[in-house]
Amino acid sequence: MSDTAGTPLLQVRDLSVTFTTPGRKVEAVRGISFDLKRGQTLALVGESGSGKSVTALSILQLLPYPTASHGSQSSIKLDGQELVGAKPSALRAIRGNRIAMVFQEPMTSLNPLHTIEKQITETLALHKKMDPRQARARVIELLHLVGLADGERRLDAFPHQLSGGQRQRIMIAMALANEPDILIADEPTTALDVTIQAQILTLLKDLQARFGMALLLITHHLGIVRKMADEVCVMTNGEIVEAGAVETVFHAPQHPYTKRLLAAEPKGKPVAVEPPPPTILETKGLKVWFPIKAGVFRRTVGFVKAVDGIDATVREGETLGVVGESGSGKTTLGLALLRLTDSQGEIRFDGKRLDGLSVKGMRPLRREIQIVFQDPYGSLSPRLAVSQIIEEGLKVHGIGGDAAARWPLILAALEEVGLPADAAHRYPHEFSGGQRQRIAIARALVLKPRVLVLDEPTSALDMSVQAQIVDLLRDLQQKYRLAYLFISHDLKVVRALAHDLIVMKDGKVMEKGPAAQIFAAPQHPYTQALLAAAFDLDPVETETVRT
Amino acid sequence: MTSADKTAETGVIQTGPVQDKFLGIPIKAMTRRRLANFRANKRGFWSLWIFLILFVLSLGAELVANDKPFLVRYDGGWYFPAFVSYPETTFGGDLPTETDYRDRFVESQIRDKGWILWPPVPFSYATINYELPTPAPSPPTAVNWLGTDDQGRDVVARLIYGFRISVLFGLTLTVLSSVIGIAAGAVQGYFGGLIDLLFQRFIEVWSGLPTLYLLIILASIVQPNFWWLLGIMLLFSWMGLVNLVRAEFLRARNFDYVRAARALGVSDPVIIVRHVLPNAMVATLTFLPFILSGSVTTLTALDFLGFGLPIGSPSLGELLNQGKNNLQAPWLGIAGFLVVAIMLSLLVFIGEAVRDAFDPRKLTT
Repeated sequence: MSDTAGTPLLQVRDLSVTFTTPGRKVEAVRGISFDLKRGQTLALVGESGSGKSVTALSILQLLPYPTASHGSQSSIKLDGQELVGAKPSALRAIRGNRIAMVFQEPMTSLNPLHTIEKQITETLALHKKMDPRQARARVIELLHLVGLADGERRLDAFPHQLSGGQRQRIMIAMALANEPDILIADEPTTALDVTIQAQILTLLKDLQARFGMALLLITHHLGIVRKMADEVCVMTNGEIVEAGAVETVFHAPQHPYTKRLLAAEPKGKPVAVEPPPPTILETKGLKVWFPIKAGVFRRTVGFVKAVDGIDATVREGETLGVVGESGSGKTTLGLALLRLTDSQGEIRFDGKRLDGLSVKGMRPLRREIQIVFQDPYGSLSPRLAVSQIIEEGLKVHGIGGDAAARWPLILAALEEVGLPADAAHRYPHEFSGGQRQRIAIARALVLKPRVLVLDEPTSALDMSVQAQIVDLLRDLQQKYRLAYLFISHDLKVVRALAHDLIVMKDGKVMEKGPAAQIFAAPQHPYTQALLAAAFDLDPVETETVRT
Repeated sequence: MTSADKTAETGVIQTGPVQDKFLGIPIKAMTRRRLANFRANKRGFWSLWIFLILFVLSLGAELVANDKPFLVRYDGGWYFPAFVSYPETTFGGDLPTETDYRDRFVESQIRDKGWILWPPVPFSYATINYELPTPAPSPPTAVNWLGTDDQGRDVVARLIYGFRISVLFGLTLTVLSSVIGIAAGAVQGYFGGLIDLLFQRFIEVWSGLPTLYLLIILASIVQPNFWWLLGIMLLFSWMGLVNLVRAEFLRARNFDYVRAARALGVSDPVIIVRHVLPNAMVATLTFLPFILSGSVTTLTALDFLGFGLPIGSPSLGELLNQGKNNLQAPWLGIAGFLVVAIMLSLLVFIGEAVRDAFDPRKLTT
């Protein structure tokens, strides 16, 4: 094949993917077409279920055939070679060699039983037929390339000994091993913390420039698209609704869906409460230490200090935002406030001491402090109808008397969170992620609590749904003077809701104060790094970055 | 979303779509899919029906194989000897004891003034046929369809009663050991920590005890009957499900919806039963048919070894033992073998279909 600059490296034409299960046909991708040129970065952007990952997998023909099938017109050409329906041997020669892929979750995409060296060597031995010594040298070279400076010492490491960012670097090293023409990155940074995310993106960009690879970037994060991509295809419901240069699409979106997507970022400001409201929940020197035990007699040799001396104050009708990266102890803080995990230190609710209360003594207070979890799929009992889920708390606290009296309360709670009354009879799996999160909020609200702990309530949701949930939470707060403890790693959402802010790292408070002030002028270097990484996707090399 | 919006506007509470029903019980879509998956396994589906028919027939064994007639018409009166005991004097005999309807004299007495309706197999499991053409064990004849055993008792009758007692023993043992096993596993898995540790060590020690020797010792002290055997077997069989249920509970206790229930103030027993147990039930139900076939085998094996049910009880194991001791009478061994083999095959096929039904990845084809 002649390879002039103008001909696209990868040509996708009329690609459609249908999943056939008995009694059901799902068209995941419906006749999409795009080109990928050498050295170019193309972003496929869309919300969950838009078919972007399926598109990526069909390029490498990695879908579960024959459950999945392509339309008769579908064609994917790499340098003129047809990939749809190609022979397995031909595909194996391309996979990992000419087209490589980086997946979202670096923990599960590496084999936990093999060392780093073995995993990277495998692809070299397969495609380049290298002998072990050559391969070893190449592996070290690759590790340097992806920014693991002490590559030699890392060769014998197993995946669990590395951090998430390091694992993703290994995945990238594996993908680069055979100097592919095309790198497909499927949500490469979604599972990573913001500071690490910025580093990985910069790395990808550097490597792309160095090798002249084409990069197919799949993401739901518009900030990443803006920073990384030359061209963008906006997907929804398996179709590309808008495509073009990033600048054009972002500045002058044509299609209504693109407009909606661009407008969907959580907006608004927390509403100030006048006069300054009283404190409702307060901690002083709160500690959650998990003992590390060793030896025959299981003696305690040390502690994991998940939460290490936190002073926090939540005021009526206001939101205290708790931000930090994974492992900073913010979720543990939330659980400790609810007395769902053992802790030391003072916890006061409305003047009463909560620490030291027994399970029984705590029970009447449970209706006052409620929690909404991150994962709307895991936080609702799959075998109970929505009405039963919401009713449970009422039963425990003896609110509403009998079933007939509870029914209007359930319906009112559903209405409060914007769900129709007939939702009461249905089961959680019949709802989308955003609707389930509304059910979880209804379950907490029906008890008329005064404090709501929100543990990453929007993280598992699509961008447009996030914005809706944020609006809902703000409305409810004003209506009922609810106090929120809002735990999140997503600074955009926190900015839209929080009055006050605590920045946590390794169980300690890095910075605290009024949210507006911290966002405008962060004092602590860690906060500065966090804000830069989150809003500008700029990696900041500080001592906080673990490699 | 559109239909939901409409409902919200009208404000009418709907009771949901038309409820799917199975045997008159409202079921969920999930259950409907499981039923379809079960049916899709043709072999298991038919096995279930065959097994159910055999089981129901054997439950009415007294009407199928009995040495007392269903119905006697004598001297203008109706008699039901299978259910009511009549003295011989009723039918013009001399003795005040219960009538032996197989007695030629009695039979001719009755036939003079009425008639007798016999069950298809005119022998009970303990009936000795004194009119054998050859010495016992006698080969199959028109009277004794599968011959008689070494004491002149009809093999068909013994098989029918033996099947019933085997299945009943198996079912009772399965249900009781599942209840105990699930409860023990639930407590260990849910609470974890020290309770779990101690219970696990206890189970390790307990499972090391030799069941068979205990039974031999027991047999020398008491005459083991159905309930004694059940009790002894139960002491050891409950451990089968514990680890399975424990693992499910260990997994589920950290689920967010369990945490949410705790945050609501729901008590531990309610969380266990309402939120966690349904998850563990799928794995448990999948196991049940195999536990059942295991329990049936256990009883058969004990009877075969002579440590089982009291002498004279109808038992498949005892029949197999007779087959071993009387190799010149192959109908004993073959009949016993076929019944045990078919019964266990049916149970295993049903088990496979149940496993398919609960397999979340399995799609109806």
